[in-house]
Amino acid sequence: MGGYARYVWPCFGFACTVLAWNLWSARRYHAKARQRALRALAMSDG
Amino acid sequence: MWTWFYRLASPPYVYRVAATLAPWFLTAAALAIGYGVIGGLVFAPPDYQQGDAFRIIYVHAPSGWMSMFAYTTMSIAGAIGLIWRIKMGHAVAAATAPIGASFTLLALVTGSLWGRPMWGTYWAWDPRLTSELILLFLYVGVMSLRPAFEDPGRGDRAAALLSIVGVVNVPIIHYSVVWWNSLHQGATVAKLGKPSMPGSMLWPLLSMFLGFTCFYGAVLCLRLRGEVLNRERQANWVREAVKS
Repeated sequence: MGGYARYVWPCFGFACTVLAWNLWSARRYHAKARQRALRALAMSDG
Repeated sequence: MWTWFYRLASPPYVYRVAATLAPWFLTAAALAIGYGVIGGLVFAPPDYQQGDAFRIIYVHAPSGWMSMFAYTTMSIAGAIGLIWRIKMGHAVAAATAPIGASFTLLALVTGSLWGRPMWGTYWAWDPRLTSELILLFLYVGVMSLRPAFEDPGRGDRAAALLSIVGVVNVPIIHYSVVWWNSLHQGATVAKLGKPSMPGSMLWPLLSMFLGFTCFYGAVLCLRLRGEVLNRERQANWVREAVKS
């Protein structure tokens, strides 16, 4: 990397982390919302 | 003519369409980002002035683009929610905010890591950097404002208003390098007629722009499904949707 490796690799590493976090948190958000909806349905069914 | 538009107001329709679109967006994103990363890190030659440090552009420029694109989307969705009282407009705005904020943070961090070897400093109160930092604060403001009200409807309207007012910052970010003296380099890719890059550098970069945009689409679909369920928990259609 011509002496710039300590700047270039952290950028790509951080980008990877941000993309992975986005995907993980979106899936988790949906899963939690689904659980809450199921719980609400169970309560309304008695 | 407007039937498609009004169908987007239907939560079950949005929930179903988002589920269909997410894997397509994710596949397109994986292909485009894969090509962009390999092209940018392996096949693109070093820049004659910036050497290999220029390769940071492959994550910095697309994340900067996404930060503005997501904010504009959030404002338009908020405006649709306010003007037409379409609940799904507010749902899209709420789902977009954390994604946009994360891309803004990525643009700031990668820009800072690029600035150190090029300008000799991680941070300068330069117009482009400062306006991008303001964008991050706007995202945080919008995300904090929505749950600050007991009535979710009022929270949605307040967040939409703030995002609409804040959209004025988007052209300021874009044109800051033209309007003021800036450390930040001028447009590189936006000059579509005559981009100041050879094809071996440009194509991977354009692919990264496409990949980040598709990735945003995929994450938005996933997050939107959660947002719709949270808002429609009591609706009858949810029973079928969550049990399937």
